[in-house]
Amino acid sequence: MAFFKNATSVINAIETFFNTIDEGVLVFKEGVTNYLHGNQEAFNNNIANMAKLEADADNLRRDIENKLYAHSLMPQVRGDILRLLEEMDNIIDTAKKNLFQFDVEVPNIPAEMNQDLILLTDMCVSSVSAVIPAARAYFRTPETVKDQIHRVYFYEKEADKLADAIKRKVFRQMTGLRLSEKFHLRYFTLHIETVSDTAEKVADLLSIMAIKRSI
Amino acid sequence: MFFFFITSGLFLGWSLGANDAANIFGTAVGSKMIRFRTAALVAGIFVIIGATLQGSGTTTTLSQLGSVDALPGAFTVALSASVVVFLMTKALLPVSTTQAIVGAIIGWNLFTGHSTDVKILSTILATWVISPVIGAVFSACFYILLRALLKKLQIHLVVLDVYIKWALIIVGAFGAYSLGANNIANVMGVFAASAPNVVIDMGIFRLDGLQVLFLLGGVAIAVGILTYSKGLMMQVGNGIMALSAEAAIVTVFSQAVVLFVFSSTAFSEFLQGIGLPPVPLVPVSSSQVIVGSIIGIGMIKGVNEIKFKTIKGIAYGWVLTPIAAGLLSFLALFFVKNLFNLNVGTAVDVAGATADMAATAGAAASETTRHINLIWPGISLLVLVVLSSVITYSFSQQRKRLATEKELLEREKETNIARQALTDAGVRAAQTENLHLQNEIENKRRDLINYAMNIVEQKEYFGKIAGTIKAILSEKRSESRDEKLRKLELDIRQRMSFADKVEDFNIRIERMHKDFIGRLVQLNPDLSPNDIRLAVFLRLGIASKEIATLMNISPKSVEINRYRLRKKLGLDRGANLTQFINNI
Repeated sequence: MAFFKNATSVINAIETFFNTIDEGVLVFKEGVTNYLHGNQEAFNNNIANMAKLEADADNLRRDIENKLYAHSLMPQVRGDILRLLEEMDNIIDTAKKNLFQFDVEVPNIPAEMNQDLILLTDMCVSSVSAVIPAARAYFRTPETVKDQIHRVYFYEKEADKLADAIKRKVFRQMTGLRLSEKFHLRYFTLHIETVSDTAEKVADLLSIMAIKRSI
Repeated sequence: MFFFFITSGLFLGWSLGANDAANIFGTAVGSKMIRFRTAALVAGIFVIIGATLQGSGTTTTLSQLGSVDALPGAFTVALSASVVVFLMTKALLPVSTTQAIVGAIIGWNLFTGHSTDVKILSTILATWVISPVIGAVFSACFYILLRALLKKLQIHLVVLDVYIKWALIIVGAFGAYSLGANNIANVMGVFAASAPNVVIDMGIFRLDGLQVLFLLGGVAIAVGILTYSKGLMMQVGNGIMALSAEAAIVTVFSQAVVLFVFSSTAFSEFLQGIGLPPVPLVPVSSSQVIVGSIIGIGMIKGVNEIKFKTIKGIAYGWVLTPIAAGLLSFLALFFVKNLFNLNVGTAVDVAGATADMAATAGAAASETTRHINLIWPGISLLVLVVLSSVITYSFSQQRKRLATEKELLEREKETNIARQALTDAGVRAAQTENLHLQNEIENKRRDLINYAMNIVEQKEYFGKIAGTIKAILSEKRSESRDEKLRKLELDIRQRMSFADKVEDFNIRIERMHKDFIGRLVQLNPDLSPNDIRLAVFLRLGIASKEIATLMNISPKSVEINRYRLRKKLGLDRGANLTQFINNI
């Protein structure tokens, strides 16, 4: 049946989109780790991979948008779904931008900061990894969305705390650094932190969307 | 005359279709899940089927309440009900055709002296109150079931959307069928006693006189849906009763079930068969059942604020509408009888005798019944409908394809225009650049020629001087030598004036500052060439001493010229001339 064919193609596109976002943040984590450990070649590969995934996510989002409008699917919740996809696309956009900032600005990061920044990246990626199943759940079991997004908020809060600790460490303990270097470190800590902030935005949106579906 | 008299019933049917179709397809069309055209077509077809196949049950009950046995009387009763419905709708009061027609029939009973069966009347009144309550109970149960089912099946939202779309169409079709079956009595019930005594054979099915009447009423309802229900559907879908798609399915389904239960003879007989009391076959208000259904869902969802104002409005409608319709019917019948001298009904109480007239209309077909064979016309009509549908479909596809092609062409045209504009702009920019480069080349060429000429001229000049000095050195006489030396000095001094070079410089400067000179002349058209040249030198930041050399005048004269220029440009004493010139 044509109706189900269209629906299946949209479902496949949405699933692929989520997978792309998931893969994107994992590449982001790998990229940051490679940069911190000085694996330039691997880092370059991560950058190329990230650019491709981000472009794929954009294309998928547009494809889903076109299909939803062309086949008049879900007129009541279409607006919400498109907003959700846009917000999720922002996650991979932010991750890509951050990785490119590392490549462009080549920040000087002292080795003793590596573990802290890797942990911060891990927290941010965990918040995104938690929001993706919640987004998937919205489509099948909206009543379980709320149970899933509390993990996003937890990781986001942890990332905030960690970012704060890193900034304190940079400005209070690392006296050997120049002020410009401290600023640069703070700047990159903020960059990484924004990934979890975008995940939190998606979680907020999902929470409202799930309530709307249950009404 | 028959067709003229049933027009009031047809009008009532038209307004019923225009108003009540929104209860069935309002949410689906308003939320754009289904196109209006699809909804109207489905509703129209199923209303006709429901009215024709299952309309007799409720009609029998109305006939038992009052069998209007004269066409002018039936016309007046239906017209009175229509007018009340129309006026109350205009006044935004909750109204139902069911209550209006019942009131109008009672008005007829009172006017003609027929007695009103209190038992039937109380059954009808009880049904009005019970039907929204049953609607609420049904919708609450269905909603719980649907939610549990959806929770268990965990269908993806996109697939669920497709299911919902189809469910809305199927449930809407059932709703339309039930509406036709239950409410056709409101539209055509009063004409039942006057139904033509015919049997129309359509080959695969037969229609008796009453069914022909219902078919006409059903068509009137369908026309009402097709022509006038869109606005209300959009309004219902977007505002007054904006529901989720799942809730819409449940409300429409429960409304359809309630209407079906109160109109199905088979279901009533089935209940009797298993030892349960029969269901009274009474026309009920679809709007009020829908309101009941929505309240039922609201209760399940835990919405505390049940709109008592709406319920109060419905209760007012139960009282106001029949009274208004009854009074109007009574008055109208009086006028029709006395003014037009028409028979509006027998003045004797023959209710008992005529009670089952409608129900037995088909069965009572006697030898006087006219049999009309419509097998071949029916087949021809069917073929015609199929053919015209195929042609319309192919035309619409063709139109769609043409429209898409046209849109594509338009887009291509726009792209071409944009490309052309870009190309033109590019060409213009290249031309301007070429012109600029050509001018530059010309200037460079002239510079090179001048440079070369200068070298030649200098060489010739210095050669000439060398010859003159040689001649002077070979001169023996001191007077003649002095004379030649003076001549040489004069020659060198004249050469030092550089008149042609200065002129060339001036020409170049003026060409370079053409725009500035234009703006300067606009400020004061009386400026002399010397004033303009001075202004250009000042703009270039050349000092007074150098200006004196270039203009071949003394530094004092430069100061005087500057003073004149200030005056001509109207500058105050404190204003800076150079700054003023730079700002032009």
